[in-house]
Amino acid sequence: MKKPLSYKLNIFLFLLPALLLFICVLIAPIIMSFVYSLTKWNGFTTPEFIGFKNYVELFTSKSINIFRALKNVFLLALLSCCIQLPFALWLALRLSRPIKGKSALLSIYFMPVLISTVVIGQLWLKIYNPDYGVLNVLLRSLGLDSWTRIWLGDKKTALAAAFVPVLWQYVGYHMLLMYAGIKGVPTDLIEAAMLDGATDSQISRYIIIPYIRPILRVSVIFAVTGSLKSFDLIYVLTNGGPSHATEVPSTLMISMLFLRNRYGMGSAIAVMLIVLCFVFALLINMLFKEEK
Amino acid sequence: MYNNLSNKRSLNKTVIYIILILWALISIFPVYWMLTFSLKTNAEIFGENVAGLPREWVWENYKRAFNTGNMPRYFINSLIVAISTIVITLAASVMATYAITRLKWKGRKRMNSFFMLGLTIPIHASIVPLYTTLAKLKLLDTLWALIIPYSAFSLAMGILVCTGFMGDIPYDLDEAAMLDGCGTWGIFFRVIVPLMRPAVATVGIYTFLQCWNELMFANVFINSDKWRTLPVGVQSLSGQYTTDWGPIGAALSIATIPTLIFYIFMSKKIQDSFVAGAVKG
Repeated sequence: MKKPLSYKLNIFLFLLPALLLFICVLIAPIIMSFVYSLTKWNGFTTPEFIGFKNYVELFTSKSINIFRALKNVFLLALLSCCIQLPFALWLALRLSRPIKGKSALLSIYFMPVLISTVVIGQLWLKIYNPDYGVLNVLLRSLGLDSWTRIWLGDKKTALAAAFVPVLWQYVGYHMLLMYAGIKGVPTDLIEAAMLDGATDSQISRYIIIPYIRPILRVSVIFAVTGSLKSFDLIYVLTNGGPSHATEVPSTLMISMLFLRNRYGMGSAIAVMLIVLCFVFALLINMLFKEEK
Repeated sequence: MYNNLSNKRSLNKTVIYIILILWALISIFPVYWMLTFSLKTNAEIFGENVAGLPREWVWENYKRAFNTGNMPRYFINSLIVAISTIVITLAASVMATYAITRLKWKGRKRMNSFFMLGLTIPIHASIVPLYTTLAKLKLLDTLWALIIPYSAFSLAMGILVCTGFMGDIPYDLDEAAMLDGCGTWGIFFRVIVPLMRPAVATVGIYTFLQCWNELMFANVFINSDKWRTLPVGVQSLSGQYTTDWGPIGAALSIATIPTLIFYIFMSKKIQDSFVAGAVKG
């Protein structure tokens, strides 16, 4: 079949809007970010090329202390994989069995995902409020006055207090993904196992979980990369404070860019984040393939 | 022996139910709390009645939330941004998907993988270049500074979903239309677009929620109060009125209630749209 020129032109025209948006907003900026990261630039003067100096400073400077920020997000990723995902899986497995009120429970668990992180953050700020917050009020009414804290203002508790809402908000998302995966398990597989006398937990362990591996992989990737680039809730809750205890790479990046006008350094942090997310996504993919 | 086992089972079941219900309460509590304290006086919030239903319904809080700051403005801005983004994302992704799945040419598979890269690119990647480019184009501090990036970042998901739905449309329809004298564009507008309604809903819902809640771009690309969207507006209001919880609660509720109403009526559809983006990715 011959393809006239007009056919090719049509293909191009159909692709044009998407390509234009995609290349201008996603692809070109990645390259530009990398170029900026090699410069010293305050946003007004002409950028001065300084090679990899930003990266060297980023990884050696005590005042930036990128390793604290990285440690924080790695800890978050670890907590997410060890607590949030297993709990989400447990919920999904429970809800996929016949159970009363299942669709109501499912809808309630998923609800926090839909609400703006600013709203969630503001609410948790108020829950943690040292004087009037629900948490301290509850502890006081239980006679546990000594347990009350300035949760987000105390260097010892701030990180944990900031992580709780982050983990809390997305349990429902992972649960929903896993639940959708479990729905896809062929029922005859499960029925056959039940006829053989397998218990619920055996069915979960030997049939359902291996079957939904691809979804689990997606969940782990989302959980890890999402933790690495986490921003919204931390920004609203602590913005990196108190005295940088809850700093994450994204909050560092924003303060470099818009408080200190260090566009080169901000870009270096952005590039580091992109590379990290990419590497971890690849690693997780490999991990899931090898075990097969 | 048998009795004992079944007793243990039912005990087990009760424990599981308790955990499930406890988690439901924990999931819903912040929103419940927000809705109740948005209708309370400070005296109730700060001691007399921390977590109960409001004794006196103070609608005044909502009035104040609407009159302080620019709440109605933020709300309208958020709506404009969300709707424009949905329209642009849908148009661009339905068109691109048509070129990738229905038209035959070399490299269309590769083009699809290229677009799918967008699912993995974090928005951090483009924040500085976008900021400087938007500044140069004098688009910074306008709603376009949000609409364009949001559309671009929603595109990959849009194409992914549209590919699924377009694959379900039988090719016989294309051929029949071609016999009737339709060209490439005719098939697109008369056959494909009318049948893409389910994809429109899925992509629309997902995109809407992403735009409605986005904070980082909205915070950085908008400076003046009159172009702020709800998340940034609510954030700055909360910073200004730290001691007056009632009106803040009302402002937070105003930002949340549309989503909640949306969710009550379309929970299944909304859940499906979130799954659609992940299951294939």
